[in-house]
Amino acid sequence: MKVKMMQYREALNEALREEMHRDERIVLLGEDIGRHWNGAFKVTKGLAVEFGEHRVRDTPISENAIIGCGVGLAMTGFRPVCEIMFGDLITLAMDQIVNQAAKMRYMFGGQAKVPIVIRTPWGAGGSYAAHHSSSYEAWFMHVPGLRIAMPSTPADAKGLLKTAIRSDDPVMFFEQKFLYNTKGEVPEGEHLVPFGMADIKREGDDVTIIATAKMVVLALEAAELLARENVDVEVIDPRTLNPLDEQAIIDSVKKTGRLVIVHEASDRGGISGELLKVAMRGAFYYMDAHPITVAGKNCHLAFSPVLEKAHSPSTADIVAAVHQLV
Amino acid sequence: MTRSIPEGTDEEVLLHMYTTAVKIRKFETKVYEVFNLNLIPGTMHLYRGEEAVATGVCANLTDDDYITSTHRGHGHCIAKGADLKKMMAELFGRRDGYSKGRGGSMHIADFSIGILGANGVVGAGIPISTGAGLSCKLEARFRGKDRMNACASFFGDGASNQGANFHGSLNLAAIWDLPILFVLENNFYAMGTAIKRMSRLENQAEKAKAYGMPGITVDGNDVIAVYLAAKEAINRAKNGKGPTLLECKTYRHYGHSKFDPATYRPEEEKHDWVENRDPIERFTEQLLDFGIGANQIEDINLEVDTMIEEAVEFAKTSPEPTVEHLFEDLYAGGN
Repeated sequence: MKVKMMQYREALNEALREEMHRDERIVLLGEDIGRHWNGAFKVTKGLAVEFGEHRVRDTPISENAIIGCGVGLAMTGFRPVCEIMFGDLITLAMDQIVNQAAKMRYMFGGQAKVPIVIRTPWGAGGSYAAHHSSSYEAWFMHVPGLRIAMPSTPADAKGLLKTAIRSDDPVMFFEQKFLYNTKGEVPEGEHLVPFGMADIKREGDDVTIIATAKMVVLALEAAELLARENVDVEVIDPRTLNPLDEQAIIDSVKKTGRLVIVHEASDRGGISGELLKVAMRGAFYYMDAHPITVAGKNCHLAFSPVLEKAHSPSTADIVAAVHQLV
Repeated sequence: MTRSIPEGTDEEVLLHMYTTAVKIRKFETKVYEVFNLNLIPGTMHLYRGEEAVATGVCANLTDDDYITSTHRGHGHCIAKGADLKKMMAELFGRRDGYSKGRGGSMHIADFSIGILGANGVVGAGIPISTGAGLSCKLEARFRGKDRMNACASFFGDGASNQGANFHGSLNLAAIWDLPILFVLENNFYAMGTAIKRMSRLENQAEKAKAYGMPGITVDGNDVIAVYLAAKEAINRAKNGKGPTLLECKTYRHYGHSKFDPATYRPEEEKHDWVENRDPIERFTEQLLDFGIGANQIEDINLEVDTMIEEAVEFAKTSPEPTVEHLFEDLYAGGN
């Protein structure tokens, strides 16, 4: 397959464009996603002009109505992709996501199909402060009925978004906003990344690091530094949290016997607990040391660059965690 | 003395609506009865007394049109054409129910005839109705048609104070000229709280002004008044002229839910609505005035009695789910 270098942002845009060409029932809804602004992070750039304003719809600042409208569209034969401008603002649409989209198929005896994708830029960095920086993926992992994707590379961003759009289940699609400018090779055309298939971003024998989104980038940096000390690190990116590739986690921990879990959401109640459960259940007797989580601090994201930096895991934190295990 | 049938209706429509209203009345009365025999788990919110609203609105809809409903949804579903047997089986929590026993009273849907579901969250159907409306509008566009299908969005006076659901959705529907009839069933009480304590407005339909859409208040216990008002609004919607807010003033005969004796409502008020303004009695008198035979009316009642008995029998004999069904239908592609 031919590949080309592009930004994470451009890869998402390409996925949307290709899918909208393929299926006229894909409709985008969101605040400032149209031709006047092209999306707060420009992910929908050019799409309103190319596909028309009936398919790329600027909405009022009514998050619950945006998602509710998407749910209604999805239930009646369309495939909406809704953008919530910042992950923190998803709180304003929680009823439609958690009580409606996630429950309808089950609650109505299998009659309803809700193929909605909810895209949102999230995560810390850049002093956006407490209302524009949070990471809430764990909330959604707790809700049966929702699929969750968190791409870490441009190629995964494209491939996972295409799969999300074709999924008949509601999908939460988390885009770490400081990945938007990262570049990587992206396969052209029909590139689909299946849900529930982790990617081994780096193979190694000594320690397993499970990381998501931007933390994958940091984990790979840490792995490079540790390689100089002859510590061979394996980096696993689950890519989707639901479905979760449990086998990939178990196999890796069985091989290395040591586990570090990295995510930028606050540690308490974070997805690390769930990932740890999988590892302990499947590879407990292969553990050579206690697992460690490296995660956001149990406080809010602050505006001050000093305080913001102190909240989120750094490459040095990951290296330090591995040092505790080897 | 015989009066003439009002313009905009005819005998066939009137008899169809009478059948619908009687179905709702007898269904709800029967449900109340069997609930007391402990045959139905959970709780329920009965529509008895409000029949004219669902009946008058849904008589203007086809199977290709949509409705979104509420926690008090039995009447809407029946009026839109739902199967009484499957409804009753659902209330009993059985496999042959609309939701295979997983939904119960508050979660009945029939996607094959555009019933997008009753809803346990007050006002949550309103945003969903905007999606159904947009779907109708885009569908018409893709097929090159001027006339589109429509969605009737039912909710109560309480829901009209639910900002994220009501305000966001009515505004969205208005700016996009969506083919939606917003049906505000004002039964004067949000659970035990009187609407006059929660709103300065005499008529909740005035809220429509904020969105630049027509707002109409009708007597919600008059089937024909509801039917004619809904007819005009749905026609407007289907012709691409946008949504309407239709307030129907009505009254529930029972309490909010099964265990509510509704002592917060003054006796005189309740007496007036139940005894003097009952929608079925009024409709029956109107039909007799139009010269429709008492025997026809009697036949409909007997026919519906049989349907209700059959529905209960069907529900009683339908199997309960087993634990193997716990994860069924959770995800599209399996778990």
